[in-house]
Parts: sequence; C-alpha cells; structure tokens
Amino acid sequence: MSSSMLFNITMVTYMVSTCIFFAFLASKTKAVGLAGTYAALFGFVVQTAAIAMRWKESYDQGHGHAPLSNLYESVVFFSWTIILIFMIIDFRYKYRAVGAFVVPFALFGMAWAQLGLDSGIEPLVPALQSNWLMYHVITCFLGYAAFAVACGISIMYLIRDKMEGGSSAQAGGILSMFPAIKVLDDLNYKAIMIGFPLLTLGIVTGAAWANYAWGTYWSWDPKETWSLIVWFVYAAFLHARITRGWVGRRAAILSVIGFAATIFCYLGVNLFLSGLHSYGK
Amino acid sequence: MTTNKNSFAYQVWDFFCSLKLSIFLLIGLALTSIIGTIVMQGPSREYLATLSETKIRIYSTLGFFDMYHSWWFILLLYMLTLNLICCSIKRLPRVWKTVFEPVLVLDERFEKSLSAVKELKISGTKDQLKDKMAEFLKSEFASATVTEKDGEYHLYAEKSRLSRLGVYVVHFSIIIVFIGALVGSFFGYKGYVNIPEGGSIGEVQTRSGKMVNLGFNVRCEKFTVTFYDTGAPKEFKSILTVLENGQPVPGYVNIPTIVNEPLTYKGITFYQSSYGPSDEGATYHISVRDRKGGAPIKLTARQGERLALPGGAFLSIMEATADVRPFMKDFDGPGAQVEFTPAGGKPQPFVILSEKYEAFNSQHGGDLIITMDGMDQKFFTGLQVAKDPGVWVVWLGCFLMVVGIIMAFFMSHKRIWARVSDGAVTLAGSASKNPTGFELTFDELVQKLK
Ligand code: HEM
Repeated sequence: MSSSMLFNITMVTYMVSTCIFFAFLASKTKAVGLAGTYAALFGFVVQTAAIAMRWKESYDQGHGHAPLSNLYESVVFFSWTIILIFMIIDFRYKYRAVGAFVVPFALFGMAWAQLGLDSGIEPLVPALQSNWLMYHVITCFLGYAAFAVACGISIMYLIRDKMEGGSSAQAGGILSMFPAIKVLDDLNYKAIMIGFPLLTLGIVTGAAWANYAWGTYWSWDPKETWSLIVWFVYAAFLHARITRGWVGRRAAILSVIGFAATIFCYLGVNLFLSGLHSYGK
Repeated sequence: MTTNKNSFAYQVWDFFCSLKLSIFLLIGLALTSIIGTIVMQGPSREYLATLSETKIRIYSTLGFFDMYHSWWFILLLYMLTLNLICCSIKRLPRVWKTVFEPVLVLDERFEKSLSAVKELKISGTKDQLKDKMAEFLKSEFASATVTEKDGEYHLYAEKSRLSRLGVYVVHFSIIIVFIGALVGSFFGYKGYVNIPEGGSIGEVQTRSGKMVNLGFNVRCEKFTVTFYDTGAPKEFKSILTVLENGQPVPGYVNIPTIVNEPLTYKGITFYQSSYGPSDEGATYHISVRDRKGGAPIKLTARQGERLALPGGAFLSIMEATADVRPFMKDFDGPGAQVEFTPAGGKPQPFVILSEKYEAFNSQHGGDLIITMDGMDQKFFTGLQVAKDPGVWVVWLGCFLMVVGIIMAFFMSHKRIWARVSDGAVTLAGSASKNPTGFELTFDELVQKLK
C-alpha cells in the first residue's frame, strides 16, 4: 500500500461524497445527507493516513520532511483542510446541504493533484529547510479552507436568494434542503470568523520566517502583497457587516470575491507573477 | 473639539471618524496594492525595454515602479491610521464605561432594552432570596455585585468583560506594527556584502548605496556548497568568525551560517544569501595517460592557461566544477569543459570527468586519455546584512493582533441581572456575541432556578 494509492481512494471517496450530497438535495431524505457526511469523513481519514504515509516515505528516501513542500503536496493539503473545516461546521450545525457546495472544492483539488500534477517526493531546497515552513503553510491553508467553505455557503445563499426572489412558488424544490437564508448568512460570517484569525496567523508566521531567514519581515513580494489584499478584503467584510449592516447578498458577494482573491494569491501569483514563493514553479 | 457641528474642525473630525472611510480605505488599499504586483518594482532594464515611452512616463510620475513607497500609497496608510485613532477615541469611552462601570441596577427602562428577561415566583423574603440568588449566580455563572435600591435588591454578574476591548486591542496593534516599521526604517538598514574565503570585511553597502561601518569585522573562514543526487542544491554554508580589533570574539568563532540559520552579533544579522567563485581563480588537477598504456602524468593548470601535453598537443580548461550533478544527470564528481588542440590539428571542445568515467573520457583526446582529478576553487560568500531595531515592536503588535482577534471573535461579554423582591425574582441577561448561544445559557439558568 503506497500513499499514492490512498490518495486515489481519497479522490474517489470525495467524488462519491459529492454525488451523495447531490442525491440528498434531489431526494430530500435525511439518511442520504448523513451518508454524504460519512463518505466525506471516510475520505478524510484515508487522506490523513495518506499524508502521514507520504511523510514517512520521504524519510525512507533519506530526506524526510513534512509533505508541504511543492504544488502537489500543497493542493492535497488544501483539500484536506477544506474537509477538516467542513467537518467542524457540519458536526456543529448539521446543515448537510452545505456539503454539496463545499466537498466539490476538495474533490477538484484532489482530482487536479492526482491527475495533473507531478507527485514526486523531492528533497527540500535550502530556503525551505525550516520549521517555519510548517507553521506558515498550516495556518495559511486552514485559513484558505475556511474561506473556501464560506464561499460555498455564499454560493448557496446567492442561489437561494435568486430563486426565491424570482417567484416564491419555486421556493420548494431543491431549495427545501438548503438552510434558511438567515442561517446561510450567519454560517458565512462564522466561517470567515474562523478563517480571518488563521490568515492573520499565516501572514504573521510568514513574516516571522522571512525575517528569520532573510532579515526582512515584509518585502512587498507579490505573494505577500496578495495575502495582504485578501486580508484587506475580509477585514472590509467584517467591518461592513458590523458597522454598515452589509449582510445577506452583499456579504455573500464579498465572500465570493474574497475567495477569488484567495485562489489568486495561492495559484495565480505563481502562474502569472514572479517572486520568492516556490510553489508551482 | 468645538461643539459647533458646522465648523471646519468638526467636519474634519467627523470625516476621520467615519466608517465609510474605513471601508473605502480597506478596499482602496486592496485594489491599489494589485498594481505593484503587476508592474515590476525596481524595474530591470529588460523590463523597461518592453514598455512604451508614454507608459514609462506615466508609471514613474505615479510612482508605480516603487509603488509601496509612493506618496499616495503612504498617504493611504496614514489615513488608515488616523481613521483608526479617531474612531477609537470616539468609541472607546462608551465601551470603557460598559466594561468598567457596569449598570448595576435593573430598572424598568433598562429591562425593556434586553431581550432575555424572565420573571419567576419563588417563595421567600427578599433577604433570603438575595442570599439564595447570590449563591446561585456564584455557582452557576459568576459572583455577583449586590445593590439595594428602592426596597429591592439588584444583583449583577458578568463574564469575559474584557472581550469587549478585543476590537480595540486589534486596532491598537495595527498602530504598534506601523510604529515598529517606522522605527526600523529610521534606525535600521538592509545591506549586502561579499566576503572571499579567508577575507574579512568591516563595512557593508546598504540598499540606498551608503557604506555603513559595522564597528567590528566578519571573516569568512570557508564556504561550501553541497548538492542532492538530483543536482538540486542541498546546503550553502559559510563558516564565519566575528573579530573585534582584529581578535576573534569568544563564542563567535567558526560559526556555520546557512540559509534559515543566520548569525547575529550586536543587533546586526548576517544571512546566507548567495555565493560565487572568488577573483583569485581556481587551480585544476588533471591527469593524462597514453591510450596504449603507461603511467598517468599528473598536471596542474590555472584558469585560462594553455597546457602543453606530451606528444605536442595543447589543452585549455574553459570551465570546471567540483561536482557535475547539477549539469549532467547521472554523473557526479569533478568535471571540466576543455579545449583540446592536437599537434597540428584544430581545437576540439569536449567534457572530461573523473577517473570513474574512463569510458566517457576515452571518447576524445586522440592518443591520450585525459581525466579530471579535481580542483581547488576559492569562493566568496554573499551575505545579506540587516539591522532592524523595530522588529520587536512589530512582533509585539502581531502578538496583540492575534490576541485581540481571538478576544473579539471567540469571547463574549455575558451579563446577568437579577432583581429580587419578596417572593419574586426577575432575571435578565445579554451577551455581546452569539445571541442564540446565550439564549440557551439563559434558559438553562432559568430552568435550574425553577
Ligand atoms: C480604517 C481603520 C479602521 C477603523 C476606523 C475600524 C473601526 C472598527 C469598528 C468601529 C469596529 C466595530 C467595533 C464594535 O464592534 O463596536 C471594528 C471592528 C473590527 N475591526 Fe476594525 N477598523 C479599522 C481597521 C481595521 C483593520 C485594518 C483590521 C484588521 C485586522 C480591523 C479589525 C477589526 C476586527 C477584527 C473587528 C471585529 C469585527 C467583528 O467582531 O466581526 N480593523 N473596526
């Protein structure tokens, strides 16, 4: 049994979970929703084992390091954190329909990693040989994952808002399994309340590492700048909500924009801009 | 501050207290920050060549080439700070009062402003009930302050009152971070220095081109670079010694300095950053052997030297490395790019490797087999040098920010009032966060009282 087999099982499980969640929306049967959650949980356990195994495999190859060092590993970890945050929100609030809009993000990640990225385990270049790598990557990705969950919830909000706005007669149908519109708004805020402190920690640990390794905690490198942009967007979200009463539709749109900026920070910067961060090169 | 709402001063004050301004500034900073990630900062000549004349003029007028230090970007940051300070000055007193001068008496009017209220009939005199309630709140919630007013007792208990200050801690922390950054930019510097192996330096050149005297010397004893089997670099290491008045400083002798493990002395930090061959040049060791047999002859050459080989041929070493892995997959050891000129023939360029690759080496060289044995290369190490006395202020700010965010998001100021009269208790409560969660807590309290 190798980690890559386990990662394949993970991918298939997330696909199954996604399908079950869609079946749940269509069938409106509670047990189906629960099955979707269990499938996601199973995938999560397998993926955790796979990540641990890959970590061990890197030691077997003689240059052990946490599996967080290249694009493949970061995408896999991102999808793991998305399911982790989803599980927390699912177990706490039990709105199963959210799974149909969040698990697909994790599925995309795993499918891209398994089918499109080079999965070789490489030794760490000198710049990455630091424990700060772990603190930095873990906090950033947990933050990103919370924003992914908030984005999924916001999309649900926008769909519900649009369909109900058009004609109230349609409000049944697939929507009947969605949480109430107020609940969606609240969940969006709660997910961002998880993500914002984590992103803040991610930026701070990144700055601490940069200072430790290069002597500057901030150099306006594109990745740094984009993480700050994301931070500004969510800070604006929090303030607009509390002080200007931007809730509901506007908050949902801001949350989707925030996640788009997050994804650009994570992937776009490496694809379109150049800088210090080595993922995706 | 004047009380005249139309005065200019008041309008300026009002402008800087406005939360519309904060959202405008946050979104404005987010949008303008994008520019600097698209336009190259501190542009190279090649980059400038790709831009049209007009574009260059516009960009440099607007400060796009050093955007994050342009006057208008700095202005936005100052506006943010001012906005933050004014807003806090305006709001803090009220919050301060809520935290440190709580409403102790639950009167009718105040009761109406609270959503969680419950009246209970409980037998007992007001004095008995007062003691019972104080006991109850202490064991189930928090210890209460008792006030007597108009023949009734009022009890007040609260939890996590400081969480209300979380937001202000966050905002204050941002100002601290800015102060730290300013201290760093006024009293610190960033520089760069190259030290050849065996050499030492006492001053460094800062980014702005100024020479700064360190007040001590740093000597590079040795520099080494190692590679993984894949050819990727594994470690860059300088062995550094700090010298005061020419004497090594105890505890700072032969300190290995690698990427991610800098050397700090007297507040100045040296970071391994780059390396290169030092000007002294290298010496190469090769051996030459006749194809038909015989003992190899060992030769030594300097860079660019033309060596006479047995049989009238010549050899020049163009380029060499102590380890070919980064350049040639599946090979290791020393290697050289040479130009071999057979007696009366044309120069032939080819590569020679170590003894291990006999078959490879015998492909060229006419009657001779030439082997690369090794080289003595002296390097220089490139060190980034930084002094930043403001960095601790920045970390303090970051720490406060995280603490403040946790206080603001995850802690809730919960308050419970009880008004006690003969045979009756009115319980009321409120929370600064998570009203649904608080309702549950409140209902539980009521259940326990019944
Ligand atoms: C332009 C400057 C800013 C002003 C004037 C401002 C003002 C405010 C105000 C009035 C509140 C509401 C306080 C309350 O609950 O009564 C608030 C909340 C908050 N602010 Fe700011 N703020 C600014 C910038 C920032 C920035 C850059 C951050 C970045 C971390 C930040 C973080 C927060 C947080 C975390 C909250 C709590 C939000 C919540 O509870 O959901 N603020 N701010």
